[in-house]
Amino acid sequence: MEKTEKSTSLPLKSRIRMDQTATRTSGDPSRTASIGRFREAALAAAFIAPALLLFGIFLFYPLIQSVYLSLHSTNPRGQVANFVGLTNFRNLFKSPGFPNSLMVTFQFILLTVPASLAFALTFAAICRSRIRGMKLFRFIFALPIAVSVSTGSIMWMVLFHPTVGTLNYLLEQLGLTPVQWLTDPHTALLSVSLMTIWMNVGFLFILLLGGMQGIPDELYESAKIDGSGPIRTFWRLTLPLVSPTLFFASVTSIIGAFQAFGQINILTKGGPVNSTNVLVFKLYEDAFVNFRFGVGSAQALVLFAIVLLITIIQFVVVERKVHYQ
Amino acid sequence: MKRQHLTRLPAYLLSIAAAVFILFPFWITFSNALMTEAESAAYPPKLWPTGLHLDNFSGVLAVIPIARFITNSFVVSSLITLGCLVTSCMAAYAFAFLRFPGKKIFFALFLSTMMIPWEVAIIPNYLTVRSWGWLDSYAGLTVPFLATAFGVFLMRQFFLQLPKELLEAARIDGCGHVRIFLRLAVPLSIPGLATLGVYSFLNHWNMYLWPLLVTSSEQMRTVQIGVSMLQFSEMTAWNLVMAGLLLVLLPSLIMLALGLSRLVGGLTAGALKG
Repeated sequence: MEKTEKSTSLPLKSRIRMDQTATRTSGDPSRTASIGRFREAALAAAFIAPALLLFGIFLFYPLIQSVYLSLHSTNPRGQVANFVGLTNFRNLFKSPGFPNSLMVTFQFILLTVPASLAFALTFAAICRSRIRGMKLFRFIFALPIAVSVSTGSIMWMVLFHPTVGTLNYLLEQLGLTPVQWLTDPHTALLSVSLMTIWMNVGFLFILLLGGMQGIPDELYESAKIDGSGPIRTFWRLTLPLVSPTLFFASVTSIIGAFQAFGQINILTKGGPVNSTNVLVFKLYEDAFVNFRFGVGSAQALVLFAIVLLITIIQFVVVERKVHYQ
Repeated sequence: MKRQHLTRLPAYLLSIAAAVFILFPFWITFSNALMTEAESAAYPPKLWPTGLHLDNFSGVLAVIPIARFITNSFVVSSLITLGCLVTSCMAAYAFAFLRFPGKKIFFALFLSTMMIPWEVAIIPNYLTVRSWGWLDSYAGLTVPFLATAFGVFLMRQFFLQLPKELLEAARIDGCGHVRIFLRLAVPLSIPGLATLGVYSFLNHWNMYLWPLLVTSSEQMRTVQIGVSMLQFSEMTAWNLVMAGLLLVLLPSLIMLALGLSRLVGGLTAGALKG
């Protein structure tokens, strides 16, 4: 009671004080107030200016510049040669390379995103259940977040290695035939996906665990009293309540999968026979290996359009079904 | 009591299986880093080193300037993290506490930057940085990343959670916004700063595509690009490669061990309530 009284009385006090200072300084309170508001706006401008300037130079301007570049052909120095209209886009979809990249990217998403989310969700549910040694498990499950894409790729390169690789050795021990992990066009994307899932799990786990820790303990207590088993509790309680986080995690990991580059560049270079040539790798090759900046920009814009579309679809469709507290 | 153990058994088995999946690549890296060259190239592959061959570490340091790479990455990540904290706090304070015209529009503009994947901007950014003569420099590696919308939202969220009475009281005492920002808002948001700091540091420590594009000399290479040199140089002595990897992994692992509890929950706060 006392507390609420205090907090409601504060603005009043401040109003009195403000009026006092206002009369003291100029005698016209409305003028002082407008000066104060102007100063506040100026301060706000100064406060958001650095971030806004950086966004302008390194995000908004490039977006416009990409549109400009995509409508032109460029020389290898990156200078615009001549206006070609939509030719770059038309060529993209006419040549086999780009549709293939799109397909590979979609396959890559299907292979990595659901599996990563399922693993991360399971790990987070385990850690939420407060078993003994939970802290240790939490650290272990979070470990891959500390692994960069290049470090992770080389770690897995050794595992995938055809002769000294441990994975094939283990397969042989189980009586299975060894797999040409990275050199067979049928398995290369799967291998890269396996490594990517392993890498993604750390971040997604941390994200989902954070979401689960926001669920009040009382809910679990009452579920227990109602005789709900751990699996039922997971489906009926944990999953609906963690769905906002899960929703965010799925958006970020789909967008992240669209941006995959490092593991492809190190493990397969897009091969064998373009079976792992994902969008960003193709963009990189076109723009920075073959120096076709116009074509590269056209691809960047297609990538942007897809990511934008997915974000919008996810927000519109999924948001309605997501359970917010 | 007994029943509880029974219901927990699957959870334990599951966690152990999961832990093996996560740890296995780490174990291979770790054990290979301690093997002799013959051991690491042997078939069938060995899972345990016969002894601690610590000379692998000095060996890899002699072949590849890993210390230099680590220094570069450290400088780059630190500069970016510091810059991010400053720009994020400032913008977040404006969005949380200041009244100004067009606030909603600017907020939407900041929000929209989250929908632009960095790869889309990479060609023009490369051309920009090249035209400024920033290739192969710390400026080229850091300046484009000094602001993130994610950081702004995370910090705004922390600022909004500060007790209103405290800020009110400061206003009454005649504190201007700049002083409130420096003396109250920022110091009271240390947990938020720590979350953003750890996240930003790890993220930029792990950056790959941009440093690959803008650095060409060995002097300016970051760890992530340098590490892939391990495998492309003539020697494919896996024990040395893995020793190099372990050296590179160490700073991030320490960072994770120190900052894990900050990351859990902290990231979710910025991601959802922003």
